[in-house]
Amino acid sequence: MASVRAFTRLATRRTAVPAVWTRSFASVDTSARDPISKLGEKIVPDKAANITPESETSTKKEPLPDKDAKIKTFHIYRWNPDEPNSKPKMQTYTLDLNKTGPMMLDALIRIKNEVDPTLTFRRSCREGICGSCAMNIDGVNTLACLCRIPTDTKKEARIYPLPHMYVVKDLVPDMTQFYKQYRSIKPYLQRDTPSPDGREYRQSKAERKKIDGLYECILCACCSTSCPSYWWNQEEYLGPAILLQSYRWIADSRDERKHQRLESLNNSMSLYRCHTILNCSRVCPKGLNPALAIAEIKKSMALAG
Amino acid sequence: MSSQRIFQLGLRRVAAPGFRFQSAGRVVQRRFAATERVGQAEGDSILAKQRLRRPVSPHLSIFKPMITWYASSLHRISGVMLSGALYLFGFAYLAAPSMGWHLETPSMVAAVAAWPVFAKVGVKMVAAFPFFFHAINGLRHLTWDLGVGFANKTVIRTGWAAVALSTLVSLYFSTMV
Repeated sequence: MASVRAFTRLATRRTAVPAVWTRSFASVDTSARDPISKLGEKIVPDKAANITPESETSTKKEPLPDKDAKIKTFHIYRWNPDEPNSKPKMQTYTLDLNKTGPMMLDALIRIKNEVDPTLTFRRSCREGICGSCAMNIDGVNTLACLCRIPTDTKKEARIYPLPHMYVVKDLVPDMTQFYKQYRSIKPYLQRDTPSPDGREYRQSKAERKKIDGLYECILCACCSTSCPSYWWNQEEYLGPAILLQSYRWIADSRDERKHQRLESLNNSMSLYRCHTILNCSRVCPKGLNPALAIAEIKKSMALAG
Repeated sequence: MSSQRIFQLGLRRVAAPGFRFQSAGRVVQRRFAATERVGQAEGDSILAKQRLRRPVSPHLSIFKPMITWYASSLHRISGVMLSGALYLFGFAYLAAPSMGWHLETPSMVAAVAAWPVFAKVGVKMVAAFPFFFHAINGLRHLTWDLGVGFANKTVIRTGWAAVALSTLVSLYFSTMV
């Protein structure tokens, strides 16, 4: 094996090797590397000298448009923490849809790889299971990886970070408060009595069915950040995502702290800032219904009291 | 290491001869930004300073108009209008004798009867629409409190139904001149 490795190392030279032979992972794209590094090195030593004023927001165009290109315009929210005094701005990009994948995330990744490497966003699984790429696309919170690019090229797409969140950079919001709130509801099984036969805590089919539509939540925060109540009372109101998670443990037949869980929500802010606006259920990219979960909590609270 | 890959690498050697060893630095990714190490305390202070500067992302102005939150805000506004009007009229009615105003029903009826038709219909509409919308949408809220009608389709349908019904009913009552 060692000899094979040595042979490989001997064989992999970068100079004079045409690009077709090199592996085409985006992160090791050799053709794109050098110009970026020059740009990067220019920016790093003196950040202050590189402030772009608001008026200079130019359109960054599709790098190689074809004759029959389907050019779509994307307006994307930008804010750079390295220039904290500059205002956030909308940057315009155009892409040829024939060369772009079908989803908004494909468009963002293509912009980052081929047009503007400074564009910043979170992404991971590209299949709607990690919840990283949650953002506001064309006015609705959704996951960029599950949102198709509308093929109508006359309509311009607008992409913002999740609404009413502190922006870390570009499309990356600060989720610290959201995760703190999640932690506050104790999202784990709390139980004192051991199972009768010392094995798993068993559930009937009916009991298991109660947590369907709850356990699928991926905590992408699309629902919470679509909720006007959460916008205005983010400090104290838990928001739809966290309340759905809370109900997931309240509804679980194996959990023995149902009463304490309900008690901790029984104040004017944590739960009752929900005014059944129902934006949450409307935007949930997983098709869940946080509003129904919140209504169930309210109901069990009313019936318990 | 598949045999195909070894073959491919061999081909590459033939295509571009020249026996130079690959330095390890060529295959690892290069870092474009210079980094420096900071301690925990200093890092926290940098973060704290950064947090003070962070802008809040846009919300109301960019969110797509949907019947869910538009109906909700209309419900709130109509409620404020109704209760505000009630309080205003109540206090004015209390103050009327000492201020010399005539807010008794017969004198108000007589005053309104003298208005032109469009003013009558307009003023009635302004009073009737908030009232009926708040009442009908209130029924939706009562059903939601029972845990009923949360499906997205149902919410959209009942929302528009509430708007349409309250418009029709308030038009009916406003046009009874």
